[in-house]
Amino acid sequence: MSTDNVITNVSSRAKSAEGEYLTFVLGAEEYGLEILKVQEIRGYDAVTQIANTPEFIKGVVNLRGKIVPIVDLRIKFNLGKVEYNEFTVVIILNLHGRVVGIVVDGVSDVIALKEEQIRDVPSLVTSIDTKYIVGLATLDQRMLILVDIEQLMTSQEMALVDAVAA
Amino acid sequence: MTIDMSQFYEVFFDEAEELLAEAERLLLGINIDDPDNEELNAIFRAAHSIKGGAATFGFMDMTEITHVLENLLDKIRKHEMALTSEHVDAFLAAKDVLKMELDGHRLATDVDQDQVADVKMMLKQLSEAGSAPAPVVAEPPPAPKPVEVAPVQQNEIPDGMSCFNIVMPDITEKDVENLKEELGLLGEAAVSKQADGRFVITLTTDSSEADIVSICSFIVDPDDLVISLKNNSTASTATLPTDEVKPATVEVVESKVESSAKVLVQEEVGYGLFEDEGKEKQEEGYGFFAPFQPHPDAVKSELIGDDTALTLSNSGISNAQQASATAKTEPTATSVPSPEAERKNLGRRESDKAPPASAEASSIRVGVEKVDQLINLVGELVITQAMIEQRISMLDPVQNEALINSVGQLTRNTRDLQESVMSIRMMPMDFVFSRFPRMVRDLAAKLNKKVDFATIGATTELDKGLIERIVDPLTHLVRNSVDHGIEIPENRRKAGKSETGTLTLSAAHKGGSIVIEVTDDGAGLNRDKILAKAHSNGLAVSESMTDSEVFSLIFAPGFSTAEVVTDVSGRGVGMDVVKRNITAMGGAVEIRSALGFGTTISISLPLTLAILDGMSVSLGESVYVIPLNLIVETLQPRAEDIKTVTGEGRMVHVRGEYLPIIALHSLFNHATDITDPTQGVLVLLESDGKKSALFVDRLVGQQQVVIKSLETNFKKVLGVSGATIMGDGSVALILDVAALIQMGQSTNYITGAASFSNQNNQHMQRNA
Repeated sequence: MSTDNVITNVSSRAKSAEGEYLTFVLGAEEYGLEILKVQEIRGYDAVTQIANTPEFIKGVVNLRGKIVPIVDLRIKFNLGKVEYNEFTVVIILNLHGRVVGIVVDGVSDVIALKEEQIRDVPSLVTSIDTKYIVGLATLDQRMLILVDIEQLMTSQEMALVDAVAA
Repeated sequence: MTIDMSQFYEVFFDEAEELLAEAERLLLGINIDDPDNEELNAIFRAAHSIKGGAATFGFMDMTEITHVLENLLDKIRKHEMALTSEHVDAFLAAKDVLKMELDGHRLATDVDQDQVADVKMMLKQLSEAGSAPAPVVAEPPPAPKPVEVAPVQQNEIPDGMSCFNIVMPDITEKDVENLKEELGLLGEAAVSKQADGRFVITLTTDSSEADIVSICSFIVDPDDLVISLKNNSTASTATLPTDEVKPATVEVVESKVESSAKVLVQEEVGYGLFEDEGKEKQEEGYGFFAPFQPHPDAVKSELIGDDTALTLSNSGISNAQQASATAKTEPTATSVPSPEAERKNLGRRESDKAPPASAEASSIRVGVEKVDQLINLVGELVITQAMIEQRISMLDPVQNEALINSVGQLTRNTRDLQESVMSIRMMPMDFVFSRFPRMVRDLAAKLNKKVDFATIGATTELDKGLIERIVDPLTHLVRNSVDHGIEIPENRRKAGKSETGTLTLSAAHKGGSIVIEVTDDGAGLNRDKILAKAHSNGLAVSESMTDSEVFSLIFAPGFSTAEVVTDVSGRGVGMDVVKRNITAMGGAVEIRSALGFGTTISISLPLTLAILDGMSVSLGESVYVIPLNLIVETLQPRAEDIKTVTGEGRMVHVRGEYLPIIALHSLFNHATDITDPTQGVLVLLESDGKKSALFVDRLVGQQQVVIKSLETNFKKVLGVSGATIMGDGSVALILDVAALIQMGQSTNYITGAASFSNQNNQHMQRNA
């Protein structure tokens, strides 16, 4: 499955990043991820923690009978205030049948982006590898960071999948 | 429109496999000196059904073998030839070849043509050796009943004409005229009127009945037609004389009830249950396949096979069913002349009375994934139901009495539903056991041993998933028992035992698990030799070990060496694999043995993989589930029972044993207020023969949980075997006891000191 992902991602990136994006906020930055990868958006509750996992893996929740892991992107990217209350938002992603939830500061909008609105990413040193960033988009003076959420989530550093699968 | 036959291949494959297994079982059970006629007939029928099915689907290689096999069987069951052990061997070999060919068709595996030819030759020779002259293989065997054979001549009537009486249903004269004109194209047609006002077209033609039916079907429902063969101009097509047709037809009408009863029997035929010969002799040969598309060979073989003198009424019923069977396919396949068209001239009107389609009603084949989905959904339902129940319990019972009663009803229904759904996956152990008689027989013959094989509790049911996975370990154990357990006759005699050893496979329910035992009355395990061997292999052993501990050593990987095989009773070949497989299934293996008296290897398995009896324990805010079968006991230790080694390794003293304490909170880096074992609870666990005391905060309760995989969306977590959803909708992790014990041993988490130092870490983490 993972090789599958890589192939599709590479090809999609090579082709075009054009499409509809769900934008979410992490700290002061605004991110976007492909809307088709989103299954649903829900609140944060009843997370069962799992022993000996990185801090950003909050644990697992019961999503209508499925056991779904929850990753806090705020911790992973060192962004935003990490607190959990009734306003905490979890985006449930469906990545090739694998269901994963990510905790973000907030979900703002769904926007359609054209090819010409998307810029390449300069080489930077960040807490996430720039290879997981599809591009940067400018929207009313704001910068939108478009992440390849699928490749990011199945990457080794997210520790979400077994080494063999990753 | 053509029927896509491939969709029925699977049915045939399954069917043939079952029939082969059945035939093998019967062959192994047969008494050579005095064979039971019923059994011979049953074997014959199995071969026969396979032949019919294979022919229907065009697997000619299988048809050929079964055909030769059938000839030989036929002679034996008619007592023209005495059954010998060579025959049985030949039949078994034929069964193997058939299986190979079946796999060849099914899985595209290689078919050893030499072997096929050998077996065919062997069967032929055996057949020729008998009193009767050997029939040529490719041709039909000597026909037992000329009357019946005639109608199965191929549909092409080479020369000469047949005269059909076609009784029309209630239709207008104009339609009849039209029909007559149409039929006139085939030959000479004449219309007459019956006493009851219905029209009869008499047609003299060289066409087959199927052609007539296909023409008539433009105007009338073919099912409503009654076509009978009046007489025949050539001897070769002589069917039943017209005079006899009439009474037979009447008989069929009268025996409607009987006829539909037969359909039930027919269902059984379709599923390979052949116990009751007398009832179903007419249906054999086409059983399950008839509704799809009868094939000439299928019909032919039925007739050839039936040596029992059928009365006319019997054949009438048979025909009626056959006709109805054919009628089912006709509307779609009218353009193809039905090969056994002539056979349908009887009992035509019975077609709608006993539809063979109902033959499939008694059981259905469903994909396992569908069943699993159903089980999953029911699992969800049970959880949801538990949630509702929990909410309800908080309501005022007086005000909400009706609601509470309804929920009580729902609870009962849910439980019933769950039980029924779980039972779908259950299969009798016979499914596994049935493959062993053959193996034991072959193995015993090869090793020159005499072994009686017995099974007990073959009807005990077990989850299909487990059934499939238990086959390999059991095969291993049975082979070991015959190979190394049971001694050669000479040695047995010397030991004062009967020359024939006994190997028993048994299955029984014990509590929530199933216990499968392989017992032999062989030499038994030699404790001293195992100990010596273990010692030389560098395993930690001592003379004071209990017998069961010593015997468990043979499960140690690498214990199986050639020396052991000869010296000790030799069990050890791949025993570690057996043990590992069974542990992976959530089961346990135990060995009981007495030197000189035999060995019993006892496997206990959970009834199903999907549900687990668990004990939930709490640790801080979290709840974990421990498989109940691995818990020896739980206790709250007194301070004086807690001992340390060099001030670190904490142990608990329980009934003379010192068990290491594994503190779950330190192993899992989990914050909790209870860090002193005397404040919490120690759960004594046993896995792989090792005992440990798991230190948790407190016990929550005992319950059945539905096992969910963590790996579906996440990955494997060390020390956790899965997850489950609790009554309140939250997720609880199921502990992997074997891994925990190992973790406890391989790290110093086990020690109290480590536990305290970790506690400091936790404080730091919490402060951070």
